[in-house]
Amino acid sequence: MVGQLVEGPVVTVQPPRRPRRNYVPYLLLLPGLAWLLVFFVVPMLSLASQSLQTGSVESGYVQTWNFQTYVDALSRYWPHFARSLLFAGTATVFTLILAYPLAYFMAQKAGRWKNILLVLVIAPFFTSFLIRTLAWQTILSDNGLVTGLARSTHFTDLLQLMNLTSNDSLLNSRFAVIAGLTYNFLPFMILPLYASLERLDHSLIEAAGDLYATPIQTFWKVTWPLSLPGVVGGTLLTFIPAAGDFINSRLLGNTQTVMIGQVIDSQFLQVQDYAVAAALSFVLMAVIVVIVALYVRRAGTEELV
Amino acid sequence: MTEKTSGDLKLTGVTKRYETFTAVDNLDLVIPRGSFFALLGPSGCGKTTTLRMVAGLDQPTIGQIWIGDQDITDTRAYQRNVNTVFQNYALFPHLSILENVTFGLRRRKVSDYRAQALEALELVQLAHIAKKKPRQLSGGMQQRVALARAIVNRPDVLLLDEPLGALDLKLRRQMQIELKQIQSEVGLTFVHVTHDQEEAMTMADTIAVMNGGRLEQVADPATLYERPTSTFVANFLGQSNLLKATVKSRAGATAQLDVHGVSLRLPVDRLKETTTELWLGVRPEKLRLVGPTNGDGADQSANHHGEQNRLSGVVVDASFTGLATNYLVKLPWGQELMVVQQNDGAPSAVRGTQVHLGWAPEHGFALNAAQDAHAGAQDQADDSGAI
Repeated sequence: MVGQLVEGPVVTVQPPRRPRRNYVPYLLLLPGLAWLLVFFVVPMLSLASQSLQTGSVESGYVQTWNFQTYVDALSRYWPHFARSLLFAGTATVFTLILAYPLAYFMAQKAGRWKNILLVLVIAPFFTSFLIRTLAWQTILSDNGLVTGLARSTHFTDLLQLMNLTSNDSLLNSRFAVIAGLTYNFLPFMILPLYASLERLDHSLIEAAGDLYATPIQTFWKVTWPLSLPGVVGGTLLTFIPAAGDFINSRLLGNTQTVMIGQVIDSQFLQVQDYAVAAALSFVLMAVIVVIVALYVRRAGTEELV
Repeated sequence: MTEKTSGDLKLTGVTKRYETFTAVDNLDLVIPRGSFFALLGPSGCGKTTTLRMVAGLDQPTIGQIWIGDQDITDTRAYQRNVNTVFQNYALFPHLSILENVTFGLRRRKVSDYRAQALEALELVQLAHIAKKKPRQLSGGMQQRVALARAIVNRPDVLLLDEPLGALDLKLRRQMQIELKQIQSEVGLTFVHVTHDQEEAMTMADTIAVMNGGRLEQVADPATLYERPTSTFVANFLGQSNLLKATVKSRAGATAQLDVHGVSLRLPVDRLKETTTELWLGVRPEKLRLVGPTNGDGADQSANHHGEQNRLSGVVVDASFTGLATNYLVKLPWGQELMVVQQNDGAPSAVRGTQVHLGWAPEHGFALNAAQDAHAGAQDQADDSGAI
């Protein structure tokens, strides 16, 4: 009604007040949008273009729309893709198993220790990712305490049996890479889980018990479904960066554990085959987007609360 | 409907102690099977703790809880044939209404859980919204779903923890009546925890008044109101005027009392043999304005064989509430009495008038003079009009 009055040509003695448009929210969006445009959209386009060029660093690159680069890169490096997804997936499962009880305890039982525990979860971020992974080299070194303990308890034998290490050391093995990924991404799993478990109304757990559910049934019927938003958030925050990680595999692995991030890294910086590096980056992104889309869709059928 | 073979709920010597305080202190209570029982008391009196111990959500420090001849003290909540309607309903937000109601049945592997759940939803008139999620329902509907989810299991005891606390007044009245009807229909033992004395009196057959972790009095609503045994009960349930009195003599069925020099009567069976000092209590609506000094109003009331107790005072406040008029009458020794006079043609008075108050001796009750005359009186002035 008001809109008609405003837009109509009718001239009234007292013109109805124009509804004031508020531009402030849009203005506040501008810096963020500009940032993303300059540092995300433009590089993406340049990367896409780079992947379809031919040439070398010395002679310069020409845009040739050479899709053969993708075919070559994939046929050569598909094992690294598969390995990355496997390692990232395994590490994600381990972080979930480790993080869930921790997050549950912090959210439901810790009481006044809650904040201190939260700080402790974030504490590793005060040291750089690289330094912490380097520290794992020392921790897992052959003459270290951990390896000694693993050998004396035959844990190394178990790992060899599972083909996670090829000799009786821990460092430079699949085990070390997966363990490193698990360690480095644990906080990214704990925090979303904590957030969703913290919102969980304790009386729902009591109600389940009151309605004859054993503690295990209560977990699977009430606690787990209600924490799914945190589980989905945490697994995404862990899996996505872990799949593209190149630090853990380089510092803790061997030639048999090279992940795709490491390949991209060396293609860009050592081999300097920019086209292959750009093509691999694009494929990695596409693979992750597809996996995440399928995963979220599947988890979404439960109708998250 | 279905008759259960189990028996009464019995608490023997139940005590719940926390680090710094005792929530429930040596409670002995028998709640007969099939009764509608209310645990009434102010917040912090231990009523909810008592309920949680019966549900199995808290463990008593000392004492036993029995259902019939079965000691359930050491069983876990999920092992007890007891269900609770939680204060905030605690409906599972990720499940539909039907799934909420079938939850208990499915845990116990009942085969026709769906039919039974629908029947229970029918009972609370919500079968048509079985597919909805709890957050799509109003508070009153959620409350009924919580009730259906509990009674569908036919528990030995159904516990209701302030179930109507979150509803508005009108809906609360309606649910009070509905709950009572449902209880008589299903015949289960209901234990209702509330701080609302009116709610307890409306619904329960028997009320246990709790204060400071102990039982003050257990009786039916009328007895609690007409014959309270402590100043706490007298003040917590409705309002009471308490007069400091001494026993002058006992003659036959009547005792003569002295109240600040005025002689008043009380049936002698209200007194213990040894009592000499007491609080003489009388409810505000039992007092009658009998008009200005020996006026014609007095004649009406004098029909009661002239056996009326009489006091005189000055009206210091009169407030008209529609159904009744509430007066505050100041007695010569400074104490103010509350008087509720029905607006049924009875004499009325305005502020500043000298009036006489009369009441039949059998409406009086005696309380221990050592008790605090104001115990349990907090906040009661606010809803005095409701009584």
